Amino acid sequence: MLLIHCPWCGIERPEIEFRCGGEAHIDRPGQPGDLDDRQWADFLYMRSNPKGLLAERWRHVHGCGRFFNAVRHTVSDSFVCVYKTGEPCPDLEALAREGAQ
Amino acid sequence: MSDLALYSPAAADGASVLKRSDVSVTRAAPLARLAFRGDATAAGKAGAAFGASLPMTPLAANPVGKRAALWLGPDEWLLLAAPETETQDVPWSLARSLFDEVETALATIPHALVDVSERNVALIVSGPGAARLLNTQVFLDLDESVFPVGQVTRTLFTKAEITLWRTAPDTFVLECWNSFAPYIEGLLATAPEDAT
Amino acid sequence: MTQRNRTQEGGRIDREAPVSFTFDGKRYQGFAGDTLASALLANDVHLVGRSFKYHRPRGIVTAGSEEPNALVGVARSQARHLSGEATPNLRATQVEIHDGLAAESQNRWPSLSFDIGAVNDKLSPLFVAGFYYKTFMWPKSFWNKVYEPFIRSAAGLGRAPKKPDTDTYANTYAHCDVLVAGSGPAGLAAALAAARSGARVILADEQAEFGGSLLHERGAEIDGKPASDWLAGALAELGDNPRVTLLPRTTVFGYFNHNFLALAERVTDHLAKPDPERPRERMWQVRAKQVVIASGAIERPLVFPENDRPGVMMAEAGRIYANRYGVLPGKRIAVATACDSAWRAAFDIAEAGGAIAVIADLRADPPADLVARAAALGVRVERGCAVTGVIGKTRVKRVLLGRISDAGVLSAGEVDVDCLLMSGGWTPNVSLHSQARGKLDWQADKGAFLPGDPVQAQGSAGSCRGVDGLAEVLADGARAGVAAATAVGHEGDTPEFAATGGEAGDGWWLGAVPHDRDAARVRAFVDFQNDVTAKDVKLAVREGMQSIEHIKRYTTTGMATDQGRLSNMNALSIASGALGNEIPQVGLTTFRQPYTPVTFGTLATTSRGDLFDPVRKTPIHDWAAKQGAAFEDVALWKRAWYFPKGGEDMHDAVARECRTVRESVGLFDATTLGKIEIVGPDAAEFLNRIYTNPWTKLGVGKLRYGLMLNEAGFIMDDGVVGRLAEDRFHVTTTTGGAPRVLAHMEDYLQTEWSDLDVWLTSTTEQWAVIAVQGPKAREAIAPLVDDIDLSGDAFPHMSVREGHVMGGIPCRLFRMSFTGEAGYEINVPPSRARAIWEAVWANVEKLGGCAYGTETMHVLRAEKGYIIVGQETDGTVTPDDVGMTWAIGKKKPDFVGKRSLARPDLVAEGRKQMVGLLTKDGKTLLEEGAQVTVERSPARGTSALGHVTSSYRSPAAGRPIALAMIAGGRARIGETLHVPMPDGGIAVEVVRPVFVDPEGTRLNV
Repeated sequence: MLLIHCPWCGIERPEIEFRCGGEAHIDRPGQPGDLDDRQWADFLYMRSNPKGLLAERWRHVHGCGRFFNAVRHTVSDSFVCVYKTGEPCPDLEALAREGAQ
Repeated sequence: MSDLALYSPAAADGASVLKRSDVSVTRAAPLARLAFRGDATAAGKAGAAFGASLPMTPLAANPVGKRAALWLGPDEWLLLAAPETETQDVPWSLARSLFDEVETALATIPHALVDVSERNVALIVSGPGAARLLNTQVFLDLDESVFPVGQVTRTLFTKAEITLWRTAPDTFVLECWNSFAPYIEGLLATAPEDAT
Repeated sequence: MTQRNRTQEGGRIDREAPVSFTFDGKRYQGFAGDTLASALLANDVHLVGRSFKYHRPRGIVTAGSEEPNALVGVARSQARHLSGEATPNLRATQVEIHDGLAAESQNRWPSLSFDIGAVNDKLSPLFVAGFYYKTFMWPKSFWNKVYEPFIRSAAGLGRAPKKPDTDTYANTYAHCDVLVAGSGPAGLAAALAAARSGARVILADEQAEFGGSLLHERGAEIDGKPASDWLAGALAELGDNPRVTLLPRTTVFGYFNHNFLALAERVTDHLAKPDPERPRERMWQVRAKQVVIASGAIERPLVFPENDRPGVMMAEAGRIYANRYGVLPGKRIAVATACDSAWRAAFDIAEAGGAIAVIADLRADPPADLVARAAALGVRVERGCAVTGVIGKTRVKRVLLGRISDAGVLSAGEVDVDCLLMSGGWTPNVSLHSQARGKLDWQADKGAFLPGDPVQAQGSAGSCRGVDGLAEVLADGARAGVAAATAVGHEGDTPEFAATGGEAGDGWWLGAVPHDRDAARVRAFVDFQNDVTAKDVKLAVREGMQSIEHIKRYTTTGMATDQGRLSNMNALSIASGALGNEIPQVGLTTFRQPYTPVTFGTLATTSRGDLFDPVRKTPIHDWAAKQGAAFEDVALWKRAWYFPKGGEDMHDAVARECRTVRESVGLFDATTLGKIEIVGPDAAEFLNRIYTNPWTKLGVGKLRYGLMLNEAGFIMDDGVVGRLAEDRFHVTTTTGGAPRVLAHMEDYLQTEWSDLDVWLTSTTEQWAVIAVQGPKAREAIAPLVDDIDLSGDAFPHMSVREGHVMGGIPCRLFRMSFTGEAGYEINVPPSRARAIWEAVWANVEKLGGCAYGTETMHVLRAEKGYIIVGQETDGTVTPDDVGMTWAIGKKKPDFVGKRSLARPDLVAEGRKQMVGLLTKDGKTLLEEGAQVTVERSPARGTSALGHVTSSYRSPAAGRPIALAMIAGGRARIGETLHVPMPDGGIAVEVVRPVFVDPEGTRLNV
């Protein structure tokens, strides 16, 4: 059971209060009709799925109910940082270098 | 009993769910409940109209007399109010008048106000064994240094979502949706004696 | 009753408290404080079980939870034993005896001493490594009838109880600053240090008593006091500290992510007459800020021929039985060792009155002080000497000695004994460190893997990280305790403990011991419980297994309940030799949860029976139950399924209910439908984006059916939406879909359209819903409605009004239909729903109406061709597939799923489309899920055109009807297709999926 820090509540809670919403920063196109099939398929289905740091959407569904983003290491399950929806994605490569040191 | 004017035991027979030397669980009397959503400006106006300001601090509660405003999320509050007179056994008219007052005060400021009086029921868990009893199904650290009096949060009671509010060192109020109450009461009532 | 191996004095047992128990039906006596193992040994019972594969007689090997052999079935009483309530596979070394306890040996028939299955031992060449893979390969036809039954009957030890568990189990969530796992000297020192710093501490130990090795350390002193006195003081100090939780009989069995640990506390099994209010076991789910693992080290067996005979035991276990329990493991004892500690075991046992026949040390020159002490005690010592075999089937009679020389092993004669103690040195117990994902470091000079850098907020202390000697272990524990407390902000001084005795020892041995026997005929066991021999491990390597993980699975070594804590290092050493590779290169398998077996009761805790899941009931539930309704589960809800009357079966009841609704009026509990109140200036715009339908122009007081897609273009939910005000909508969802729909809406609202001023509130339980459907619906509700004009003009089909019923009870009245009849859904406060329902019911009864359940609801909607999401749809169905393009707002630039509706695969020809099916004979009821084909008897391998999604007897149509998803279905209307069934294909005609009132005239009365 992971412990996840909710940036809205300002506390850590067990993961069972949360739902993971998959990779973050995949914006829904403003005009989906303008996308060709390949581009639309990429938006719908293609994800980076890295071995390492990944920015994910999480929702504190059984807490404050709000979505936020978190950078999680997909191997160790450690959370590197959390930030509110709408804030920019941190530099994952820099975070990875920091973590390696 | 809950050390608050807001919650009182239900008058109905069978209001007692569990009675032990160190802890009791009691169904609370009905309340008017309003879900309020909006930004800080809207919340400020709503609090003024409601009679208890809406806390801006996460997980905070603001009880004022027979009313309380609970922070549930950064744009979400639960407003609670008990009837001023004992005879009023249904909260609709109170909920309606509070609803109208807040709506009037907010006028065109974007917000959402929804009557949820009947959605929730409340249990009062009280006594020196209250935290230990709750910890048979609630995974939060209920040590007073971590979960102090006045803290309120949504969380899980094993498989049911609840809102848990510590109203006094030895007293918690647990709000849940109506149909989950038998499950929660069942697990509290059958908790082994040595858990408390 | 005699306890012939009991010493005259000493030990921690209570000699004033005799305890009577049975083993295999025979009555024995022990003392309070005994384990089943110590009490059996006191009565000179070594033979306690038969092995898993070869059914070889086996005896008690250890004194701890790593016991591989002494697995027994245990019941609190003979009565419970006879009624099949014994718990199988408990380790006799962990079972505390109490009066009346009934234990039985396992894996033997008809008796422990004469076991038919022992024939396997003679057939052992059949059961070599990988025998499952080899023996059961072919012929294929043997799988069902021969191999599987054989494997099933042979699999596992013990008998699983057949009846429901009558015991109760509890759960507790706990938090602490420092969790200390293990209460030996290292754990105690850590707990004392952390507690003195002010940290919240949990100290857990799997044993009944705290203290670990201090419970059997003879002659050791700490802070000038005998170890046992110091232990009592330490426990008193911890017990008096309100911030310390002491958990004896509690196994830390799982170490999970982010310092979440699972502990199993055995609360009442050790009591003869437990308080019925107390649970049998309790699961502790602990979140610790820091963990100190003080799990000690486990003595390693020596791998020599016949090392599995009853009476062969770990040396330290012999010492524990002698010192802690006052039991001599035998009258005349041989010791086979490669390390110093076994010598001390021999000396302690000799002091307790046991006769040590010989100490055979594999090392050419063991420490002189040990040799001198042995000489002083008159004990024969053999240096550079191995035990090469054991004579005696059900009990050691003689051991064979062999001298190790450059020329090989030369026989050094036999010694008559009734017990052999062995020690290959110590394996640090790194299970929890490994569970916590910590890596292991190979320490060549110790022949051991030690914990590497911790991955979590955790440290190891004492002999589990290779620290030896009482003083050193205490210091290491204190260090670890202070470090853990400091890390969580409780700084304190490191306590110092002055200790004498409990010396560190040297010497170890890994792998098979050399011998002079016929290698083809003898077996030296590596894993006792799974009957894996040294030969098996070598064979696995010969047959191509190179990875230790493959060797483990091929031979099953290390896969028993001790998880290889006894066997892994020997198996690894043998494998490394056979592979010609160094031990760290071969690597150790990963230790996994649980540390020792955990009962299902503890894992389930309170989630069982009526409280397994929340059972959600509507306010009408009790009324329906009183009427004799049958119920079905829909998500967590109980829903009235049908209301049988006077001996009706389901078909008759549903037919009557269907007719009644269409002819007069029916009453239906629709409370479980999900409800969401969508409020805010942008509410209509939000709905435009979430649903396929257009909402901007929906007038206040109007209803519209809403269809919801996921982004991939597939139908995910539907429901009726009412506009209560410009900025307020009352949305309904399917019963099961309510949480999913709300989550879907919140996702888009919060993460894509946060600019919209609109908010969602679940009102599912704010309203109970009484559906009244049928031509007389208006008559049924009119007398109860206070202030809403129900006339068709004022309140037409698909309208909503807020008002009151029964003198002031607020309601939201929907005029809508899911039956094809005129109807209403009255949303009322749940607290008054029962009273309102009964008032409506009185009118319905007067009008000749009935109450109906979900089955009738399904039939009535199927007659109209209304879909049910999840029945006609399965997550791959588009609006067009079910003929609902009418629900798509064509002018809307975008909504969730719109772009996907133009995906090539979603516009391709030949997609499955919803149609009706009528059986040609007009009588046969199709099976839901049945496949549909062109031919009556299609050839094997023919693809189906589609399948039946709904099938009912329709009273209105006067025949069975069905809905089906059929490839290119709409173009096939009028065709005859077939539904192949085991007893022949059923001819069906493809028809439009509407069977009643296709024009919808009945809705608008």
